[in-house]
Amino acid sequence: MALLEINGLKKSFVAPDGARQMVVDVPSFQLEARQQVALAGQSGSGKTTFLNLIAGILAPDSGSIRLDGREMSALSEAQRDRVRALSIGYIFQTFNLLHGFTVLENVLLGMTFGPGADRAFAESLLVRVGLQDRLHHRPRQLSTGQQQRVAVARALANRPKLVLADEPTGNLDFRNATEALRLVREACSENGAALLLVSHDREVLAQFETQLDLAQINRAASANHSASLPPACSRVGEKENEGGKEAAR
Amino acid sequence: MSLWTIVLRSLRQHALSTVITAFSIALAGGLLMAVWVVKTEAQRNFSQVNAGFDAVLGPRSSKLQLVLNSIFHMEASPGLLSPKDVEDIRKHPAVQHAIPIAVGDNYYGYRIVGTLTNMLTDVEYVPGKRYRFESGRVFEPALREAVVGSFVAQKLGLKVGGTFQPFHGLNFDPKSQHQETYVVVGVLEPSNTPTDRVIWIPLTGVQLMGGHDAALSSQVSAVLIKLRGGAQTGFRLDTMYNKQGDRLTFAWPIDTVMTQLFDKIGWFDKILALVAYLVALVAAGSILASIYNSMNERRRDIAILRALGARRGTIFGTIVLESAAIATLGMVAAFVVYAAIVGTAAAIIRSQTGVVLNAMAFHPVMIWATGGMIALGALAGVVPAWKAYRTPVAENLVPVS
Repeated sequence: MALLEINGLKKSFVAPDGARQMVVDVPSFQLEARQQVALAGQSGSGKTTFLNLIAGILAPDSGSIRLDGREMSALSEAQRDRVRALSIGYIFQTFNLLHGFTVLENVLLGMTFGPGADRAFAESLLVRVGLQDRLHHRPRQLSTGQQQRVAVARALANRPKLVLADEPTGNLDFRNATEALRLVREACSENGAALLLVSHDREVLAQFETQLDLAQINRAASANHSASLPPACSRVGEKENEGGKEAAR
Repeated sequence: MSLWTIVLRSLRQHALSTVITAFSIALAGGLLMAVWVVKTEAQRNFSQVNAGFDAVLGPRSSKLQLVLNSIFHMEASPGLLSPKDVEDIRKHPAVQHAIPIAVGDNYYGYRIVGTLTNMLTDVEYVPGKRYRFESGRVFEPALREAVVGSFVAQKLGLKVGGTFQPFHGLNFDPKSQHQETYVVVGVLEPSNTPTDRVIWIPLTGVQLMGGHDAALSSQVSAVLIKLRGGAQTGFRLDTMYNKQGDRLTFAWPIDTVMTQLFDKIGWFDKILALVAYLVALVAAGSILASIYNSMNERRRDIAILRALGARRGTIFGTIVLESAAIATLGMVAAFVVYAAIVGTAAAIIRSQTGVVLNAMAFHPVMIWATGGMIALGALAGVVPAWKAYRTPVAENLVPVS
């Protein structure tokens, strides 16, 4: 059984002009346990909405999301919060660290609402991402690359089964982006977590064995953006067509 | 990491508004407690002060004026009593002590009271306690000698062996100094009663002071009375002087007269309490406004916490807890404000009346005001907490790609 199974997932929003606009329309998608998949998609293609639906932050209009055998759409909001706290790690493009808390506290927050704070594990994660001498610094005292490493440690703090990464290298330079990506992937592997990463960066996408074009799995994105997709992104879709079919079977 | 840690970090992050809001709570809580304690302590202390007497006999006047003038050494003297009236009450079988006093002079605003020596040697101003001398002895009735209350001695620097010339009248007027010179022969220990603010001289000293009307030299201002027996004797004398007679007033019992005074000025307490309640409400409003106004900048933090798995109820509870924490901080500081207000009030009351309030006395208001303000603070947090509760997560986890 796949870790994540999505069927007939739809989500729409009301646009400023009052019209309802479909943002996510995914007939089928699967992710195996420990699998690492990169989704390619341009800005506005519904990548974040797709991840938020999987994380239970947003409720779908229709369709099914099964995470580790549990039907997310059948859960109450509080139950979805619980699943997120226990089973999902989330890495944001802007890191979304809490500036009033230290580095260590930010990582501890990743456990607080789930399995409970485990200081030793939090410290070991920060050692793993190379921040052993920054435990009591505030996020603003860190470089951008270091902040992203804190975000990685926090995402793994609750020992998740699935890590969602939304443009995790979007704010980093090439060297830091490469390092962060390596770290995310290694940390997920070491902790037995599956990784679903979305990005529009070809360099990032190229490092994944399994790449999918969001336009291929999200019919809404395809309809909204097919005309504007740059050639590079289309190539990624074509190149990974087979892999995509495989992953999205 | 506990919810409490999250609240503490938030308080630290908004330190300035936390301090300002807690300060307003401190003022409100301190004022509320102070008003209550000063009111109840003052009522209790003033009702208990009777200088060891049950009643005061004086010329026809209000009982309150008679008591304030004779026991608290405040207010103007309502008139004079004839020697026959004094003798009549002294010989009454129901009377244990009848000590005349005469007033009409002061020394730099502190009242000079003429009396008999047994006022300072025999009277128990509270059961089991007589006036004690810090230094010196009681005055000789036939000499120009004085015994000084502890507060006066301290304020005017009067010591045994020192001399002074009284001023005429109950209010200080530098142009009306008498020629007579009195020698201080005794200084009393503090009794925490109005006696501490008095200079005691022989009864004849006031009666025969130069410039006083010689025709009235045998008259006194009032007679302080200690009764034998219980309330029955008081009722009899009350009937005799107040109902059957029309020349004199028998103020009895003294504590009831003082209680009536507080009943009369009860409206003032109510206004003070109302002001304190309003200040408390304004302070609670300041918590609400302070946290509510910070909600815009907190939305991102709330969204992050929700993304990490925090439930809506947890976020709601965090904000309410934060409000309650601000109120708690404020109430801790409120005790400093309280001590300052009550300490100042007690010092003023002591200097004006000689009555000492115990500023540090425990009062139940300290419990319910503290609990009430914290509850009010938590309640004030409900509105911003509701706003936090409804914060959409996805919209605030920007940017959306």
